[in-house]
Amino acid sequence: MSLSATPDTPLPGRRATLSERGGETPDVDIVDVTKRFGDITAVDAMRLSVARGAFYSFLGPSGCGKTTTLRMIAGFEQPTAGEIYLAGEPVAGVPPYQRNVNTVFQHYALFPHMNVAQNVGYGLRQRGTTKADEARRVGEALELVRLSGYERRRTWELSGGQQQRVALARALINQPTVLLLDEPLGALDLKLRKEMQLELKALQQEVGITFVYVTHDQEEALTMSDTIIVMHHGRIQQQGGPAELYERPVNRFVANFIGVSNPIDGKLVEHDPSTGRGVVQTDRGLRLTGLVTDPDARPAPGTEVIVAVRPERLQVEPATHAAPPADGWSSVEGRIHQGTYLGDHTEFRVATDIAGEMVARRQNAAGAAAIMGVGPGDPVVVRWEDSANLILVA
Amino acid sequence: MSALLTTALVFPAGLWYLALLVAPLLIVVVFSFGTRATNGGYEPGLVLNNYERLLQPQRIEPFFTSLWMAIAGTIGCLLVGLPLAYFIATRAGQRKGLFILLLVIPFWTSFLIRTYAWLIVLGRENLGGFIGELVGDPDFRILGTPAAVLLGLVYGYLPLMVFPLYVTLERMDRTLVEASKDLGAARWATFRQVTLPIALPGLITGSILVFIPMMGEYVIPSILGYGRTFLMGNALVDAFIQTRNWPFGSAMAVGLILVMLVTITIYVWFVNRGRHGRDVSVL
Ligand SMILES: Nc1ncnc2c1ncn2[C@@H]1O[C@H](COP(=O)(O)OP(=O)(O)OP(=O)(O)O)[C@@H](O)[C@H]1O
Ligand SMILES: [Mg+2]
Repeated sequence: MSLSATPDTPLPGRRATLSERGGETPDVDIVDVTKRFGDITAVDAMRLSVARGAFYSFLGPSGCGKTTTLRMIAGFEQPTAGEIYLAGEPVAGVPPYQRNVNTVFQHYALFPHMNVAQNVGYGLRQRGTTKADEARRVGEALELVRLSGYERRRTWELSGGQQQRVALARALINQPTVLLLDEPLGALDLKLRKEMQLELKALQQEVGITFVYVTHDQEEALTMSDTIIVMHHGRIQQQGGPAELYERPVNRFVANFIGVSNPIDGKLVEHDPSTGRGVVQTDRGLRLTGLVTDPDARPAPGTEVIVAVRPERLQVEPATHAAPPADGWSSVEGRIHQGTYLGDHTEFRVATDIAGEMVARRQNAAGAAAIMGVGPGDPVVVRWEDSANLILVA
Repeated sequence: MSALLTTALVFPAGLWYLALLVAPLLIVVVFSFGTRATNGGYEPGLVLNNYERLLQPQRIEPFFTSLWMAIAGTIGCLLVGLPLAYFIATRAGQRKGLFILLLVIPFWTSFLIRTYAWLIVLGRENLGGFIGELVGDPDFRILGTPAAVLLGLVYGYLPLMVFPLYVTLERMDRTLVEASKDLGAARWATFRQVTLPIALPGLITGSILVFIPMMGEYVIPSILGYGRTFLMGNALVDAFIQTRNWPFGSAMAVGLILVMLVTITIYVWFVNRGRHGRDVSVL
């Protein structure tokens, strides 16, 4: 089954983690961890290995247990069941101040009664670092986040982005095994957010520290992560690289949460578990060949499934000039319901009898003139290749 | 128009302030340079001998007694009030309201009655006698000693210390404590480096709120101290009511105000030294 109670089973195209490659200890190992608050199960039987030096993101809707997971790694919450290992050591009962893990909080949590340098040096002072050493390393840390010269500034005088960077410097200066970031860009405006995403990624590569990042913004996760862990209702739905999650979502939740897709209902009539190839008879008479994305799924023949097709894989052609039906392609007829010009691409909504309303995207590579040919009401043919058919069992 | 309105709105309060605060203060200052009328009271004059008398050893003693009692009482309120406020603000959870209520309820009863209640509690039949038995001294007394006065002071003014502390602690961002622990500071280190500095404005406000009335306290030393612990309040009552020497009483009042101003200034300067945060707003 796919809900990743056993995410360690390699998925097609999933990168092997370092631990699988070299037997090196993962920075964080979460083994069968469950966390309950009264009746609420915030995290449910989670299993996860975080490889050294990578950028991991927890992605999921509000309330799916992302923060709770992070807080358990940091030591602010104790698992109800299961065990967490940091650099190979079990950490049950170890308080936050004895864990070599640091957190960047969503609202930064900078100390208001200290200036920038005092904030950044806080962790070092707890370890009895000498004043000279502290000053030097604070300088280095501020340089790393491009805030040199801000040592004496008051934290509340800084912009959101600058406060964010102070929080980063304050955490990184301790050289933690893992840096935890809980929606650190949530309070920033869109433009600054985009800049900070790239900056964070570059920073992570520069310092080589493992980042575990929490977000509910799929684009943010796709931009920065080596590995994304998609969560829902406290469970890991799927983990993998950005491309893998987009191209091979294992279930409806992942397919809808990352990107958009056109769902077509049907019944699975053929399935070859060794290759994953499946054939679906749709409810309105279409026969689609595609890939059952979940390698662990062993659906019985006749199982109700969904065939998901990404909008950019659909080609929309005027009915008058449509290419003839071809092997390895599916096509349905319909009428343009709406065409929306969105700059780099145009989005078409096509009403079809066989597959309902379908959303297609076309890059405006040839300029705006090229899309003027079709308008609302025009008969069109929607075509796509079999390789675009993602068969989702769950 | 709006300036007129502002004036109109501020006027009553301004009048109040003038009539009940500034004017009496001026009168006291003026009186302090006068002389005692033959039958007591005030006779205009411009002499300094009231202030000279203040400096006589037996006259200045109540100042020092008041000062150290008020300082000890403030420290007592701090020692009891800080943990209490911290507990209510951070640990009491759902019962927060209940604890606040328990602190407020005594305010609904007369201060006099509450002080008399201590008379019974500390009496020989109760706590006083009990402690006497414990230490094996049949003549042991609490009532009539400075300790009883101190206890009464701390009891009487504790809420004034707890409320401002509670408010600052309650308002404090709890993630700051987590951030501190995350960065390697254990509980006490976190309290010392984060919670306490952030609670400082409340601490200063609370200290001043309890210190000022303690300096002039009259009821508690009279009842629980049997008047043996002679504070400024008692001295003032003596001057105005017993000997009816108003100018000398006024001079004492001015002296009291000066002592409080100096003490508070030193205190605020002391706790704020080396602080980097926003200016602490006092009161
Ligand atoms: N201290 C707590 N007491 C009770 N329930 C809690 C507590 N912390 C979290 N929960 C519950 O656990 C679930 C997961 O919460 P969590 O904060 O981990 O979600 P999240 O994925 O971080 O969501 P968001 O994106 O909104 O931050 C939620 O249902 C939440 O209400
Ligand atoms: Mg959260």
